[in-house]
Amino acid sequence: MSVLIDRNTRVLTQGITGKTGQFHTRACAAYADGKACFVGGVTPDKGGQNFEGIPIFDTVAAARAATGANATVIYVPPPYAAAAIDEAVDAGIELVICITEGIPVRDMVQTRFRMQGKASILVGPNCPGVITPDEIKIGIMPGHIHRKGPVGVVSRSGTLTYEAVGQLMEVGLGQSSCVGIGGDPVNGLKHIDVMRLFNDDPQTEAVVMVGEIGGSDEEACARWIKQNMKKPVIGFIAGVTAPPGKRMGHAGAIISGGQGSAADKLAVMEECGIRVTHNPAEMGRLVRSVLG
Amino acid sequence: MKIHEYQAKELLRRYGVPTPKAVASFTVEDAVSAARELGGEVWVVKAQIHAGGRGKGGGVKLARSLEEVRARATEILGMQLVTHQTGPQGQKVRRLLVEEGAAIAKELYVGAVVDRVTQRIVLMASSEGGMDIEEVAAHTPELIHKAVVDPGVGLTDAQGTDLVRRIGIPETSVPEAVALLKSLYQAFYDTDAALVEINPLILTANGRVLALDAKITFDDNALYRHPDILQLRDLDEEDPAEIEASRFGLSYISLEGDIGCLVNGAGLAMATMDIIKLFGGQPANFLDVGGGATTEKVTEAFKIMLGNPHLKAILVNIFGGIMKCDVIAQGVVEAARQVQLAVPLVVRLEGTNVDLGKNILALSGLPIITASNMADAAQKVVAAARGTN
Repeated sequence: MSVLIDRNTRVLTQGITGKTGQFHTRACAAYADGKACFVGGVTPDKGGQNFEGIPIFDTVAAARAATGANATVIYVPPPYAAAAIDEAVDAGIELVICITEGIPVRDMVQTRFRMQGKASILVGPNCPGVITPDEIKIGIMPGHIHRKGPVGVVSRSGTLTYEAVGQLMEVGLGQSSCVGIGGDPVNGLKHIDVMRLFNDDPQTEAVVMVGEIGGSDEEACARWIKQNMKKPVIGFIAGVTAPPGKRMGHAGAIISGGQGSAADKLAVMEECGIRVTHNPAEMGRLVRSVLG
Repeated sequence: MKIHEYQAKELLRRYGVPTPKAVASFTVEDAVSAARELGGEVWVVKAQIHAGGRGKGGGVKLARSLEEVRARATEILGMQLVTHQTGPQGQKVRRLLVEEGAAIAKELYVGAVVDRVTQRIVLMASSEGGMDIEEVAAHTPELIHKAVVDPGVGLTDAQGTDLVRRIGIPETSVPEAVALLKSLYQAFYDTDAALVEINPLILTANGRVLALDAKITFDDNALYRHPDILQLRDLDEEDPAEIEASRFGLSYISLEGDIGCLVNGAGLAMATMDIIKLFGGQPANFLDVGGGATTEKVTEAFKIMLGNPHLKAILVNIFGGIMKCDVIAQGVVEAARQVQLAVPLVVRLEGTNVDLGKNILALSGLPIITASNMADAAQKVVAAARGTN
């Protein structure tokens, strides 16, 4: 078992003819069961062509009708990425994963507004994607560092997720799924949503929650964990040393209005029973210690 | 991106937000002629820097004659203005705003921001204007009123009326205040703002509402569709190191410490700063080289870090995913040679092609200290910065 995706997921690539879309579609198709999973691509006006055997369609609706795809991954450039999400949602795609970094916040406000009442789930934008090791990877993470196992990982950051996975592997722990929810202020799934999925997933025995400064999503998730979580959660928040008012790379990573500091988040998480560490090199060992 | 008060007011005026009459000036002479042109008997001479807290720092002064305008402008122009937002070194004042004096009956606060929880634009209003709104939020949050705007509808009359009544706008001034809020929302929306604040919004003795100060921050990701706003950028207000870094697609922020860090990914970059601190060191910067670091980018990153006279050591922490460790190792070696690196360099590589990368570092003949994991790297760089290894 896993969350969000498995070897039966059928995926489209939006922006499949761009350099990034090509590179990552090739890598994803080459990973585990990827060849069967990546069934189509979408680029306007390029319908009828193919990318290394993967058929290309003009629209998401046409691609879905022809392939039965239930997921899509978006590598479309920032000015057009929100419209690409809208198109996927309108076509009824269940899972929309948007990798694109740098989408204007106003576009995402409009897109999230349009998504209300729709069945689609959005992951990202500005995220590495989702991987269920040894089955399928949808996104830009290095597949080879992962193995199937009992630990769920949810994170706002890309390379810090790889760091957590690397540490898990060092202590002999594989992953059920790793979900990158992205570093933007207005996005799809939040920590709390992914935590719910891990709580219900029989394969997942523990969860690593990696957060960063800005917003209050980690706090909301921590409060939910205190009431509902049946499995141990370990947590780390990046940005203890980040000064207020400075955007630390990610659009969402900013301490503003006196809110969103790492210290505040860590305090709430600890209060809610999460095993937190202030040392990012200790994530793997801490999970090992709670799993025995 | 931030802009100056006078630019923010000009932009808001175009959307119908009333402001006092004012003229921006770059010299003392200009300031005096501006006051003459404005007329009246009382003027306010205001330092134009991006940081807040200008009044407390001595950057906003009243003048009751043209001679006083000259004296105040002479004092303020060119001063190093220190506020709680500038840091101890302060910010040099290069521009002034000369504004007509206003008869203030009441100081209020209105602002707009994108709220992450509701994922919508939220308008905020408070009766407690003229002070630090973060203090109000911390101590008397019940005095901050909010309206969540439906993106399909915009700010409604009902929402606007409710907000302005809650902050004590008298009935006769309600329509004018509601119109101001709607203008503020429209300006926020149209310009892809990240934050708009009018603090204080004043109610004058004769019942008018006026924006006495204004602050706008724009969403950097949306500037590509606002070339007119990009024109308002004032590079004098930004850190030269950060400007230089942005030219090479590097995300860089100067900090107070002495250990430079070069990392791929924003989250890992923050975590690297944190672990340096945890082991007793102080990071000199945040630096995310991004996903596609080339030798050129790494070299520029080294140059920017080395531009900091306090720098005592550098830590390179890379978790290679798409970025291959051998490519980054090559870049580090070439960069270290090009800049003739004289401070200790600790490198930690992990991920794709890590063995190839480590081999390149070993064969380079450079005195690179290699580390096997983040904790090892942090301990080694802290020791190197102290000169104890």
